[in-house]
Amino acid sequence: MARQDTSDGRPKEQWGTRLGVILAVAGSAVGLGNFLRFPGQAAQNGGGAFMLPYFVALLILGIPMCWAEWTMGRFGGLRGFNSAPGIFSLIWRHRLAKYFGALALLIPLVIYMYYVLIEAWCLGYAYDYLVGNLPLAAGANPDGYKTYFADFVGSGSNGFIYNGGNNELAGILLFTFVLNFVLIYRGVSKGIEKFCNVAMPVMAVCAVCVLVRVLTLGTPDPSQPELSVWNGLGSMWNPNPEYLWKAQTWLAAAGQIFFSISAGFGIIINYSSYLRRRDDVALSSITACSVNEFFEVCLGGLITLPAAFVFLGVSATTFGTFGLGFNALPHVFAAMPGGRFFGFVWFFMLFLAAITSSLSMLQPVIAFFEEGLGLRRHASVTFLGLIAALGTGFVLYFSQDMVALDNFDFWVGTFLIYTLAMFQTVIYGWVFGIQRGEKELHEGAHIRVPRIVQYVLKFVAPVYLIIIFGVFCWQSMPERIAIMRENYVVLASICFIATVFAFLLILVHIAGRRWEREGRLTYD
Amino acid sequence: MTAAGLAIMIVSVGAVVSLFGYCLFRVFTLPREVVEEHLKGPLGIDTGDTTDAD
Repeated sequence: MARQDTSDGRPKEQWGTRLGVILAVAGSAVGLGNFLRFPGQAAQNGGGAFMLPYFVALLILGIPMCWAEWTMGRFGGLRGFNSAPGIFSLIWRHRLAKYFGALALLIPLVIYMYYVLIEAWCLGYAYDYLVGNLPLAAGANPDGYKTYFADFVGSGSNGFIYNGGNNELAGILLFTFVLNFVLIYRGVSKGIEKFCNVAMPVMAVCAVCVLVRVLTLGTPDPSQPELSVWNGLGSMWNPNPEYLWKAQTWLAAAGQIFFSISAGFGIIINYSSYLRRRDDVALSSITACSVNEFFEVCLGGLITLPAAFVFLGVSATTFGTFGLGFNALPHVFAAMPGGRFFGFVWFFMLFLAAITSSLSMLQPVIAFFEEGLGLRRHASVTFLGLIAALGTGFVLYFSQDMVALDNFDFWVGTFLIYTLAMFQTVIYGWVFGIQRGEKELHEGAHIRVPRIVQYVLKFVAPVYLIIIFGVFCWQSMPERIAIMRENYVVLASICFIATVFAFLLILVHIAGRRWEREGRLTYD
Repeated sequence: MTAAGLAIMIVSVGAVVSLFGYCLFRVFTLPREVVEEHLKGPLGIDTGDTTDAD
């Protein structure tokens, strides 16, 4: 690369711009899923064996689908639509198309409802480390941190927070929720870039520090030599091949990929709709994916579960998806010099990673309220805030065993993302068309995407998704339905999601009528 | 950790690092103006609705 020197012979700042873009992309891509969700999903689905369906899903589904979403989003945006209902109606000129777009509103909205709660947990833990509330000597009682976490989040009983069980979390959640909406109310694009330029390198350094600490733990308890870092890495990476025969494993892998890189989420199709024709979608998309995978596999995969195993043994693999990080990492920090400082920095960095993700979840619905209902940004944000607060309040109330959160995460964060992903691959491959898709993808592109990706999107991805989905329904749905009958919170969670979806469908119907009246939409 | 686990870890981490390195290489070899103008992450994209927000 040519250098351009300043008048005193020093090179001008050229690397900074590129690095700034990478960091801005990273800021959007990296979130809690990389450090908390991925290790838990791997642990519950066969350890190292999980990586096979994981990489298959990344190569066949995740990366191609990101390209497809960025392409369709920009296509729709250049023709006047920024929300998924509008973009889908443009691509598939049928009255039903916009209702599928409602999924792309429901998913980021409902995920935000519980994601912001986990974000608050991170900030709460960071605060507790900062002021010394989180004891570093809980290692004497192996269940000490587990109890601390249970008390913190109110997993012992429903309504715990509302009954004054943890006023600290209530206050932090309120602060976090309001902060998200203040930032999104004002608009964040320029500020976020500057923010990511600082936060992302700090987060990477912090993650590497914790990684080095974890990998140098050795065998903390000589009386239990089997609890070593080497065996901890084994708990993450040793394959349990029997899990490969379960559809749940393949569904979880695809769901993790989609959740982590935000494919099938409704976010990418919205943000890419604001791009101009000469803006690149090919390199931007795969760069975001690669940054995300680096943080997920190379950092998250080497930190959380091995650390948990060293202190908690085999039981670490049975932790809930999000509980793992909050039980395992405090043990690591208790074994570190300066553990309180590193604990604060780690959880504060998780908070920062989370907030850049949660902000992006709000924009798709705001865009729909604006173009579908004619609201301006501030009114849209206010309206959305009320809806999101109801959902967060629901998840917060039903905190016992985190049943509501787990069900929101499964039914929306895995099942519905999967459903939207299936719809998007079919609409891209069979309605939009791969020839048009390839042409649109390469407008302004700075890499050449192999043509085989188009054929993967048209023929392989839909079949893969349908088979896994079908086998999962056959294997797991009877059990899921039985749980629904036994636990009223599971049923209530599903009813809540269904109610929000019904509400969005009505709004989408109203929006569709409006677009027809304005002549913005016609049907075949 | 078993030999299979070690192999899976090395292949997984190696593949991801390779992809990441390739993307960094492609971004860093683009002209600055191109990167500044045409490469965007979601949160860096201007949604164009903040100036007339009320």
